[in-house]
Amino acid sequence: MTHKNKNFSFQIGVVSGPLAAREALAEIFVALEPMSLDVEELGTIELVMAETLNNIVEHAYPAGSHPGRIEIFGESKADGLHFRVEDNGLTMPDGHAPIGIAADLDVDLMDLPEGGFGWFLIRDLAKDVAYERLGEKNVLNLRVAITRNEP
Amino acid sequence: MNLTSTTDGTRRIVTVNESRIDAAVALSFKELMRVETDEATGNVILNLEQVQFVDSSGLGAIVASMKMMGSSRTLALAGLTPTVEKVFRLTRMDSVFPMFTSMEDALADTSI
Repeated sequence: MTHKNKNFSFQIGVVSGPLAAREALAEIFVALEPMSLDVEELGTIELVMAETLNNIVEHAYPAGSHPGRIEIFGESKADGLHFRVEDNGLTMPDGHAPIGIAADLDVDLMDLPEGGFGWFLIRDLAKDVAYERLGEKNVLNLRVAITRNEP
Repeated sequence: MNLTSTTDGTRRIVTVNESRIDAAVALSFKELMRVETDEATGNVILNLEQVQFVDSSGLGAIVASMKMMGSSRTLALAGLTPTVEKVFRLTRMDSVFPMFTSMEDALADTSI
């Protein structure tokens, strides 16, 4: 498991659109191959990044707007995988990332939520989630804790 | 998005022939599920054996499919991979759907 201890970084850029998240996730997985992560770790990364990218595609670059770029910077460090995701789209509501409250499921069938799970999942699975608006740019930093198997 | 279905007594078994139910296909999944579930009157087992990944949009589309069926019918989920199961568990949607690790288990459950 020595690969997991190697610090390395990568950068991926995609253009926003319906397939942007799939495209970026496929590239992230290729970039992460040297880390030999297990299925559960990859599943966590896939969920966190899919939700992050979906939010950008849906809200920062809403339908009808000019498709903008999404840049993903990844870095493996001792405390896990750090991601920085940047876009030039609309700012977050009120300039803050949503808190992501767990949905209330103690309701009638027809009132069950069909959305709003994204930020809950990001905050549940990722650490050190921090959003800032830098000029015309949205910058989201987060970390996915990867358990290391030290020799 | 490709769904196929078979009938088992009063139950309809809908198989998702895709590796992902994500934001890119959530809408089309929902529309196809409407057709599949409208054609039947009983419970539905959704075979997710080929599905490797469901994001929150896919989860929302599956919830929407259950709501479309109304409260007198059940939508059961079968063949969930660990990553897919995790999305349901974290959002606690595993308390809303009958879930089965395998299709075999789902078919053997006479209450579905």
